Amino acid sequence: MNQNSARDFDIIIVGGGHAGCEAAAVAARMGARAALVSFERDTIGAMSCNPAIGGLGKGHLVREVDAFDGIIARAADDAAIHYRMLNLSKGAAVQGPRIQADRSLFKASIQRQLAATENLTILEGEAAALMFAEGSDHKIAGLRLADGSEIKAAAVILATGTFLGGKLFRGEERLEGGRIGENSALKLADQIRGAGLPMARLKTGTPPRLDGRTINWAALEEQPSDGMDWTMSTMRKERSQPQLFCAITRTNVVSHDIIRSGLDRSPLFGGDIQGEGPRYCPSIEDKIFRFGDRDGHQVFLEPEGLDSHLIYPNGISTSLPTDIQIGMVRSMAGLEQCEIVVPGYAVEYDHIDPRALDRRLMVRGYEGLYCAGQINGTTGYEEASAQGLVAGMGAASAILGRDMPALDRSNSYIAVMVDDLVLQGVTEPYRMLTARAEYRLRLRADNAGSRLTALAIESGAVGTEHKAMFERRSAEKSDLAKALGQQISADQLLKAGFKVKRDTGRLSLEQWLRFPDIKLSDLLALGEDARIWDGDLVAEVEQDGRYAPYLARQEAEIDNLTANEKIRLPSELDYTGIAGLSNEMVERLGAARPETLAAASRVRGITPAALAAILVHAKRAASQGSKAA
Amino acid sequence: MPRTDDTIFALSSGAPPSAIAIIRISGPDAFNAVQALAGRIPSARRPSLAKLRNGDGDILDEALLLLFPGPDSATGEDLAELHLHGGRAVVRAVGDALSAIFGLRGAEAGEFTRRAFLNGRIDLNEAEGLSDLLSAETEHQRRAASQMMGGAFSRAIEDWRKKVLHVSALVEAELDLSDEDDVESQNKQEITKSCADIEMQMERLLAQPPAEKLRDGLRVVLGGPPNSGKSTLLNALVARDAAIVSDIAGTTRDIIEVPVALNGIALLLTDTAGVREESTDAIEAIGIERAHGAFAGADIILWLGEEGQGPDHPALIEIDAKADIDGDHSKSDAALSLSAKSGAGMAELVQHITGLAKSMLPPEDSFAVNARQRALLADAAMNLGAARDVDDWLIVAENLRLTRLALDALTGRAHTEDLLDVIFGTFCVGK
Repeated sequence: MNQNSARDFDIIIVGGGHAGCEAAAVAARMGARAALVSFERDTIGAMSCNPAIGGLGKGHLVREVDAFDGIIARAADDAAIHYRMLNLSKGAAVQGPRIQADRSLFKASIQRQLAATENLTILEGEAAALMFAEGSDHKIAGLRLADGSEIKAAAVILATGTFLGGKLFRGEERLEGGRIGENSALKLADQIRGAGLPMARLKTGTPPRLDGRTINWAALEEQPSDGMDWTMSTMRKERSQPQLFCAITRTNVVSHDIIRSGLDRSPLFGGDIQGEGPRYCPSIEDKIFRFGDRDGHQVFLEPEGLDSHLIYPNGISTSLPTDIQIGMVRSMAGLEQCEIVVPGYAVEYDHIDPRALDRRLMVRGYEGLYCAGQINGTTGYEEASAQGLVAGMGAASAILGRDMPALDRSNSYIAVMVDDLVLQGVTEPYRMLTARAEYRLRLRADNAGSRLTALAIESGAVGTEHKAMFERRSAEKSDLAKALGQQISADQLLKAGFKVKRDTGRLSLEQWLRFPDIKLSDLLALGEDARIWDGDLVAEVEQDGRYAPYLARQEAEIDNLTANEKIRLPSELDYTGIAGLSNEMVERLGAARPETLAAASRVRGITPAALAAILVHAKRAASQGSKAA
Repeated sequence: MPRTDDTIFALSSGAPPSAIAIIRISGPDAFNAVQALAGRIPSARRPSLAKLRNGDGDILDEALLLLFPGPDSATGEDLAELHLHGGRAVVRAVGDALSAIFGLRGAEAGEFTRRAFLNGRIDLNEAEGLSDLLSAETEHQRRAASQMMGGAFSRAIEDWRKKVLHVSALVEAELDLSDEDDVESQNKQEITKSCADIEMQMERLLAQPPAEKLRDGLRVVLGGPPNSGKSTLLNALVARDAAIVSDIAGTTRDIIEVPVALNGIALLLTDTAGVREESTDAIEAIGIERAHGAFAGADIILWLGEEGQGPDHPALIEIDAKADIDGDHSKSDAALSLSAKSGAGMAELVQHITGLAKSMLPPEDSFAVNARQRALLADAAMNLGAARDVDDWLIVAENLRLTRLALDALTGRAHTEDLLDVIFGTFCVGK
């Protein structure tokens, strides 16, 4: 059936969650004709779990997506009712911006931004089947919807979250679907399973939602918004919403006894849920089971919005039966009279083994088929959004004949995540942590723009407004770099009240920054010109100076690794034919198909001896190949 | 790097003539080579007797054959051993016959070990241990090498790696989890103490004498004025005429080095030109300059000159070398009195030298650490020290990462996932 050509696109994005929205937005910004397909137009941009954006590692991802002119950080600012800079007492590299969002404001901002994006069409419908090019079952040609209509496109990005084969569990109850009250995309799941892609199941969960009007707030410790002026997006200069406070309560021995009394009715412990849940965000029953010696666990009570009385109790994700949930909640301080509005539940869902993907998140061997977000075994809005950005850029770059921006572990958390996913796979839902980034000192949330926006502009992902802002900022930054070169003597600093040793002599401002008690803003105030610098920029440059010796050492380390990055491994390399690799290594290398020797070295369990064997084998294969040619 | 897809062979036992000579063949054509020589391929891992013939059908030897199919062999490839009668002619004839087989070539030095390494049969430390073991000439060297190859060093590193990983997990929990998740703040003092403990263990190993001394031998330098009997003593110690001895002062003009094993310890004896001020001979002058250089690099100096006139050195043995000449006891009782000609006092000297040498070598029951390993270990220890000294958690973590990097370079493991396993196994993470 050939409907009008207006229904033909370059890229179709399936799913209107954080991955899908970011993928659709970036593909359209780059100039590809994009269509976003969602069950319901109104649920696009919904926050299905925790109403918060950012955190440690996650805040870094949000700022990086923002450096590509993405939409998540702007929506976060538009909806933020509580700001907190985590790890404020520690070094800048591990400070993580985090906000709590009003759900409806967040969703509205996402929908508004998508509506304002050129080249982007939103289609309501259920994705039923991938269409392949004639005579091929490996080259994407479009998507068929459940109503039988067909949409042509050269690429499809699956951002289906937990909707693939999703199953809900609560006590003895079972429901099909990814989110309460919505359908699961069963047909599409069947097709993908039939295509022989490596699939596995994972589990996630959500806590009960509480009625805030039945909480005794006066009895609880308050956690106010931080009162500072930073924002998530560089494109939002101030905080726009009124700020609310959160509160903290704890589980106790009584709550734990109630939870234990319900364990035999829990789908987690009854063996009904096969998928592995996250170790770092476990259900409350899992925490009691694994850390039985603890007498209590913290619970953060987070408001869901300005006009909502719903409260999200962060820390008690659960799939226990409803009666047990009520007992557990009411055993905690401040919640004695609390009403549960929606009980918590667990979701078990299909995901693709991400080792089947390449660095653009395209399924190896399926031209034009991309996957982003929870479908790849990750958890979190931020992880999803960053993958959406990568898949969207990957698909658009391929269609427009451009190069992908050069993201790697030394310049972004985005690349750390993609590298981890495609090389290691997942055994539990993947969450970003700063500990995952070996070059953490370079990858700060406050320097995401400096690290990435030039690359982003080159790839065409950045709109005119953001580009102009970046250029202004870059000009100011180079002025500031010049200012850092000026010399100041210890005498001058002593006169100005700094505690320094007189015999230190004359040093540049940059060198003075190595002294822990000296602030750049104070140094700049001593300079001849009385220019007022951008505060964020000064803070960023100050941190660069603070850690300069360590950054230089990491630079050297990265240079040493680039030799192995240049040695490419053929994608069809037969690892079973390399003597000396254990079965486990062959399995891991075969599943991940590392593109370079450096990537192979990062696959878990690969020893230098194994690497040497791979190198020799690859070189021999290459020389035989060139002889044959 | 030599090709590794061909088949190599080499005489793997000592130089003939000997009772038995073992030729090893490794590679894809190893068993075909056995077929060509013996006319059949015996079953794996069972000794089997066979007549070996060359291409012309001449019988070369009756030999014992042992076959180890890859990858479960020493090299990870198909490996055959031919146990021959150890005559020179037999070994040469079998070698010629093997060379004549297409695809076979003589192995380069160390090539069997390199293949074992490339095929993942041994890790880098074990490879180094094996190469030391193969070249071990003394009992002391052999014991240290077998400690290394048995993985004792790898086990020590693994132990440190686990400890550092645990400390890292505490620090990472502080950085990633203490402010957001339900994890208590970490105690810096405890972390500092753990770092110090591990650092001390590393320093203890680093304080041991280096492995190279064990392999190359300690340098024992003989010094003294011309004609003081240095060369005579050297010859007596090595029990042959290694240096020319004459009554003419200044006979030894250059450095003479002779390796020798005394009581199972490898030594490198060095004879030097006699040191005198008034030499006008240009060649002798160069020799004297070299002698001073040898003193500087010496582990032990045997001083035959006037008491107290030798170079300043912590291990200098004063020797009164001409005890056979009556009345010529020019030195005090502290000096060892001996006669190289009569042998009087020689046993005492050997005892004295080997006693001193043992204190300079790694203990016999331990492994020795070579220069590459020392450098990495020193790097690890230095970074641990740096982790101890700072308050910024971020820098503590960075220094611990660098420590792990150095340890990983020693054993060849490097993965963040290991760290996360420890974090998640230790803490109740997540709100």
